[in-house]
Amino acid sequence: MGSHEHSRNHSGPEPLAARVQRMTGLNPACCYQCGKCSAGCPMAAETTLRPHDVMRLVARDRLDKLADADGLWLCLTCETCTSRCPNGCDPARTMDALREIFATGKDGKPPKAISAFHKSFLAQVRAHGRLFEMGLIMSYKLGGGPMFADVTTTPSVLARGKLGLAPHNVKGLDEVRRIFDACAAVAAEEEGR
Amino acid sequence: MARIGVFVCHCGENIGRTVDCHAVAEGCKDVPGVVHSVDYKYMCSDPGQQMVKKAIEEKGLTGVVVAACSPHMHEKTFRRAAAGAGLNAFLCEMANVREHCSWIHEDREKATVKAIDITRTIIEKVKHNVPLSTIRIPVTRRALVIGGGIAGIQAALDIADGGREVILVEKGPSIGGHMSQLSETFPTLDCSQCILTPRMVEVYQHPRIKLYAYSEVESVEGYIGNFKVTVRRKARSVDEEKCNGCGACTQVCPNKKIPSEFDCGLGKRTAIYVPFPQAVPNLPTVDRNKCLLFMNRAKGRPDTCKKCAEACEKGAIDFDQQDRLITEDVGAIVVATGYQLYTIGKDQPKDNLKGYGEYGYGTIPDVIDGLQFERLASASGPTSGKILRPSDGKVPKRIVFLQCIGSRDPQKGMEYCSKICCMYVAKHTMLYHHKVHDGVATVFYMDIRAAGKGYEEFSRRAIEEEGAQYIRGRVSRMWREGDVIKILGFDTLEGEPIEMDADMVVLATAMRPQPGIDVLAQKLSVSYDQHGFINEAHPKLRPVETNTAGIYVAGACQAPRDIPDAVAMASATASKVLGLFANEMLEREPTVARVDEGTCAGCFHCERVCAYGAVEHKDIKDRAGNVVRVIAYVNPGVCQGCGTCEATCPSKSVELQGFTDEQIWSEIQALGV
Repeated sequence: MGSHEHSRNHSGPEPLAARVQRMTGLNPACCYQCGKCSAGCPMAAETTLRPHDVMRLVARDRLDKLADADGLWLCLTCETCTSRCPNGCDPARTMDALREIFATGKDGKPPKAISAFHKSFLAQVRAHGRLFEMGLIMSYKLGGGPMFADVTTTPSVLARGKLGLAPHNVKGLDEVRRIFDACAAVAAEEEGR
Repeated sequence: MARIGVFVCHCGENIGRTVDCHAVAEGCKDVPGVVHSVDYKYMCSDPGQQMVKKAIEEKGLTGVVVAACSPHMHEKTFRRAAAGAGLNAFLCEMANVREHCSWIHEDREKATVKAIDITRTIIEKVKHNVPLSTIRIPVTRRALVIGGGIAGIQAALDIADGGREVILVEKGPSIGGHMSQLSETFPTLDCSQCILTPRMVEVYQHPRIKLYAYSEVESVEGYIGNFKVTVRRKARSVDEEKCNGCGACTQVCPNKKIPSEFDCGLGKRTAIYVPFPQAVPNLPTVDRNKCLLFMNRAKGRPDTCKKCAEACEKGAIDFDQQDRLITEDVGAIVVATGYQLYTIGKDQPKDNLKGYGEYGYGTIPDVIDGLQFERLASASGPTSGKILRPSDGKVPKRIVFLQCIGSRDPQKGMEYCSKICCMYVAKHTMLYHHKVHDGVATVFYMDIRAAGKGYEEFSRRAIEEEGAQYIRGRVSRMWREGDVIKILGFDTLEGEPIEMDADMVVLATAMRPQPGIDVLAQKLSVSYDQHGFINEAHPKLRPVETNTAGIYVAGACQAPRDIPDAVAMASATASKVLGLFANEMLEREPTVARVDEGTCAGCFHCERVCAYGAVEHKDIKDRAGNVVRVIAYVNPGVCQGCGTCEATCPSKSVELQGFTDEQIWSEIQALGV
């Protein structure tokens, strides 16, 4: 049975709707629950929580239910939902904010493999200023990704020269790292709240 | 010998496409009595009408048949044309070959034959038509308005401003109605009393409005333009002439703990009381059921308490005052008796209303209804506008509103939507949010119905800007644990049950007509639906008229209405009344029933079936003045020409002018069946 507190209890933690509004500048209460976003979502058939479900759960302060949502992580960020919304809600941006919240790990964690992929991806960009595929594959699989998935395709990909064995760094790698540092500072500030 | 002219209209292509109009005109030439038969493209056009007039003059026609559209469309047009040529208008009839023939058939040959048949029936009827003249009835140009709420106030002011006298009858001690109890009004949140009380004063001071407050309509006789109304002026036990409204009497009354009707039981009043400070008229009333003196008198004991009379410097208190019956002549009546709310208690006024045991039948003190919340939120209310719950006077931090209580519930209440609740609940959440900043307002709703200017924006404002939590679904059960109300509901958007604690719950209960509306409707001979709402004559085209001529309806006694609706309806009735009063005499179609005095046996079956109360008793006297027979008489002012009496009369003594048995029989004979 879904028993939960009222969403705006001033003595308790900041309600999710307010938190998302602070992060996005958007008001989750604007959602009509008309479902037009989910009707256009290309991933709707693949997920249990569709964009309008996510909007409703944010408005109702249901972080617990959202934590288990695969939809947030399967979202392609195609923004069809946002462009269809009749009341100016931005489900894509809202889901972005939710991913940011969950990425901190304090309110539930993203699925292990997805988290491993994101972390590996960003680590590669930070290290080289661009994606180094081989490095991504290694770190993703060691970090929790499926160890033997796609292994059989490796020889043919290597044979066609699609997978470099050595990384190439971009020019201005320092500047890329400065972006990462700035983001880390914002994240730390968020952490302090 | 009849000399009938037949005029067949093509109606452009409307008739001409499927009916050979020329063949119809030719086909009617052989009918005995027809001396002229022609067809034309547009008979209703000026040249068409000229053809009719010319034929009447040149051929000396004694009857005209226009085979064209429905009489609803152009009967008046052609009757006017016929009258213009010197023929009695009622000798002109229409044969409907459009709606009844061309529009509904495809086979041209068969349709033409049918059109000829239709025209021939009317030719035979017209042969038996007799000249009739319009009925002229004198009009008493004064109006009665029943009900002193916002609808009645508006109707009275508009009629009076239009130059006619108005009698305004209000059941309660003051006019103002439910609107005077409201805090703020949607969708603008302007203060209800601030916009209402000037109107109330205007009514009181208007030279053409006679206000009978604390009065009820006792009986109504007569018909449009000529009603005779008896009003019961209930005894206030206060002399209206002497009282100066100082209020000294209410200060000294020892019985101070009577639940105030105006505050919906949340406040207290005395036995002699003024319902609220802005009451109009500002006169106290003794509640004889609660006054110690009258309670003693009822038990046969001597008078004890006379404190109010002793305090009155004017000597205005009159314990021996009696009800007075006053008779007024009026020409039109506006019914504006308003609404009551579905009660949340166990005792329901009707057997088919069961009440809500699952919500505790109103036994939980902090479960109130919408009007009670209005009183809590109102600056003039028992808490001076502070939202305090009735049980312990604490500020509720968690307030829950339940919509559709008694509405949209054929099982326990009414199947209709009460229309105003979605809006006033949105308003309540805002008022609450403005007064209790750290509180949470939650609403359980089925749909948000916000159709009205600025209404959708208003309800979205409650949700998007004022933090109201809207949960789609109904509540299954409520119970009390300690001072907390436990709520078990369902969230259909999330698809799961929901359990919630609340400090106070407000039920948006259904709007129902005032008790006693059925009795009043019977007095007025107006029809009402199964809920008691007064029926309008036509739901779209005659929305403020009743099925009884001269009686109009405004506001929430016709259906659930909000203030703008009620005011618009009231102004509409006023325009209808002023239109009626524009002439000294009222002209009516002579298609009314006539009783054959020679054959009427006085069985009065006709009286029992007449929906309009048009049948009266008439004494037939001999030369010495003794009543020898009592027969039926149809009042032409009241008769609506429906013909039910004609069909019912066992001795065939009633005939509807223009639709006599002879005429109908001739029509049937013409078909040769």
